[in-house]
Amino acid sequence: MEMLVYLIPASLLLGAVGLIAFLWALRNRQFEDPEGDGQRFLSDDWDDHPKP
Amino acid sequence: MSATSISACPACVAAPSAETLAAARAEKASGLVLSLPTAHCAACISDVERELTGMPGVRSARVNLTLKRVSVEAAPEITPEALIARLSDIGYEAHELDPGLLSVTETDRRGRDLLMRLGVAGFAMMNVMLLSVAVWSGAEAATRDLFHWISAAIALPTLVFAGQPFFSAAWTSLKARRLGMDVPISLALILSSAISLYETFQGGEHAYFDAAVSLCFFLLAGRYLDYRSRAIARSAAEELAALEVPRANRIGTEGDEVVPIAELVAGDLVRVKPGARMPVDGVVTEGASELDRSLLTGETLPVRVDAGMAVSAGEVNLTGPLVVRVTAAGRDSSLHRMADLVAVAESARNRYTSLADRMARAYSPSVHLLALAAFIGWMIQSGGDVRLAVNVASAVLIITCPCALALAVPAVVTAASGRLFRRGLLIKDGTALERLAEIDTVVFDKTGTLTMGTPRPIGLDEHDATDLSIVAALAAGSAHPLSAALSAALRGMGAQPAEIEAVQEVPGEGVEGIHHGRRVRLGRADWTGAAARDMTATYLDAGDGKAPRAFVFADQLRPGAAKAVAALKAAGKQVVLLSGDAEAPVALLAQELGIDEWQSGARPDQKAARVSDLSAAGRRVLMVGDGLNDTAALAGSHVSVSPASALDAARVASDIVLLGQDLEPIAEAASLAVIARRRIKQNFALSLAYNAIAVPVALVGLATPLIAALAMSASSITVSLNALRLR
Repeated sequence: MEMLVYLIPASLLLGAVGLIAFLWALRNRQFEDPEGDGQRFLSDDWDDHPKP
Repeated sequence: MSATSISACPACVAAPSAETLAAARAEKASGLVLSLPTAHCAACISDVERELTGMPGVRSARVNLTLKRVSVEAAPEITPEALIARLSDIGYEAHELDPGLLSVTETDRRGRDLLMRLGVAGFAMMNVMLLSVAVWSGAEAATRDLFHWISAAIALPTLVFAGQPFFSAAWTSLKARRLGMDVPISLALILSSAISLYETFQGGEHAYFDAAVSLCFFLLAGRYLDYRSRAIARSAAEELAALEVPRANRIGTEGDEVVPIAELVAGDLVRVKPGARMPVDGVVTEGASELDRSLLTGETLPVRVDAGMAVSAGEVNLTGPLVVRVTAAGRDSSLHRMADLVAVAESARNRYTSLADRMARAYSPSVHLLALAAFIGWMIQSGGDVRLAVNVASAVLIITCPCALALAVPAVVTAASGRLFRRGLLIKDGTALERLAEIDTVVFDKTGTLTMGTPRPIGLDEHDATDLSIVAALAAGSAHPLSAALSAALRGMGAQPAEIEAVQEVPGEGVEGIHHGRRVRLGRADWTGAAARDMTATYLDAGDGKAPRAFVFADQLRPGAAKAVAALKAAGKQVVLLSGDAEAPVALLAQELGIDEWQSGARPDQKAARVSDLSAAGRRVLMVGDGLNDTAALAGSHVSVSPASALDAARVASDIVLLGQDLEPIAEAASLAVIARRRIKQNFALSLAYNAIAVPVALVGLATPLIAALAMSASSITVSLNALRLR
């Protein structure tokens, strides 16, 4: 049962990481154009060098 | 979920009010926004962005594929017309949008706010559930207490943050002395976390933190779905309004200038080009032309205007350029006065009670009474054990909490309106689908609704080849819609244009020229010396001494009109045609479409009166119309549809907007609405069935957090899946 001392904080920490990632994505307007982002990924325009 | 908010003012949900429109237009727009209706793939994104960023002066271009728009940051000298021309070169249709009206991305803060609360509730639910699984599987004593304490530490802040939409809505409805769905929801959240905290202090066995958090999560999901479907409708409605960038050509002291209509005042002089819509009410001071009044009266026959005659906003100038002295602009114009009529009729319709409202009305009091009864019953039974009685009462509240009920309507409406949106129908109002399911009578307008409002020559074969060749040559020299239609039809027939010299257009009259030394004229009856007929026609005076020949036009049928009428009749609906047009064309169309009941020459008030007569006789009327003369009837009917080409006022007055040209989806929508309504009822039945099983368990005091969690999740998932069958 002593394992719980490590396991519970570990599970909470992992969950919090997911939550923070979600909030970050929300703040960066990553849910504004779900369809376009799904398609943009297929475009090979900036494969060789990043968009200036 | 607040069922009451679904049926709030329908017009204000989707259509921005005149004031906000005016205010938004007055603000200076930054950047340009174009609508890209045909964009659909990754290649479209790169094509459009590459092409636009390649233009000198354009700083950035970004396509939003979900909204089918591109926003461009550019130097001030870049005009939208230049961008549209560039895009049409590479094969993309684009329209300018008024960026002041497209506040969506900025005001979408509410949507992101809901999504954030949903995310937080989701995170908390996962963690609390993990801990609860341990408790359900038999954790005891100190371990159980520890898990309860950790659950409390996660759940309480989450409920305070994520439950805010419910608490504030409940508070508002309590202040208004109403019992919405939000009151039992808030009560259940507060009571269950309070009793769980107390139990945790006492080292008790049952804590409902998991139930409270998952309740919050499911309810937020329902609310987010509801918000999403309305946001999509609102953004599309805003896009329609933003498509008409209202400008007028004012004749100022230093020549012509293009100004927003809002800046015009009575007394200004405005130049109206052929083919343009009258921006204002006014009096013609210079020029002669013909006007198409079909949007206002339904009449297809062009009306002649000369200097000194009055014109109204919304009429289309056909032939010659006109100079108009403004008598009323903006809010005072006849178009806007009509909007007041709409507002009156609309308030009558707001009395419609949706299924969800009726459900909420019966539900809230009975839930509270049930919980109270459980509390009193257990107080008596146990001889005054308050802790036990409160425990049972809060278990009853949690189990009956309208998780599935909150999802029942928004999930179905989202699925159904998503499917209709793909078919080109925009549902502006939350209860429109329910009302559409009830209709038994369909009233159509003619011009612009069943027909395209564009003329098409008929009976060309009856004319001889010489006449046709002269007409082909004359019609090619004019931009008048009748000439354009004739010209296109004759080109399609392969008629060779005759050699005609000195072709010139006489504004308001027609076209004339010299053919083999004789003057030939194509135009109005009195100008060519013909006897006018009661149908849209143009007359040819070939200068050969014979009587002028009439070329008759009929309005072109809208695609799918015949199928829509046939499908509606097959579904047992009574179809009525009400038109402001003359008898001959209306009779012809009614016969062509197989409509037995029709009326011609109907004035706007007669149309509205006919619709209200039908309603008074117990009919549920679906009105389909596009013009100003239909607006009152649209607003007075049970549910209304207008095509996207309709006047602003008509679109605002209707619940459903047809985005494409095709009328066929109307019949499909009517049958889908019936299915959607059935699904909503099924969903209510399903969630009530879950309650019927779970409530007795809770009442006898056997409810555990495990049972509550199972009942809640199972019913929510069943209801959502049932709704998804509509897609």
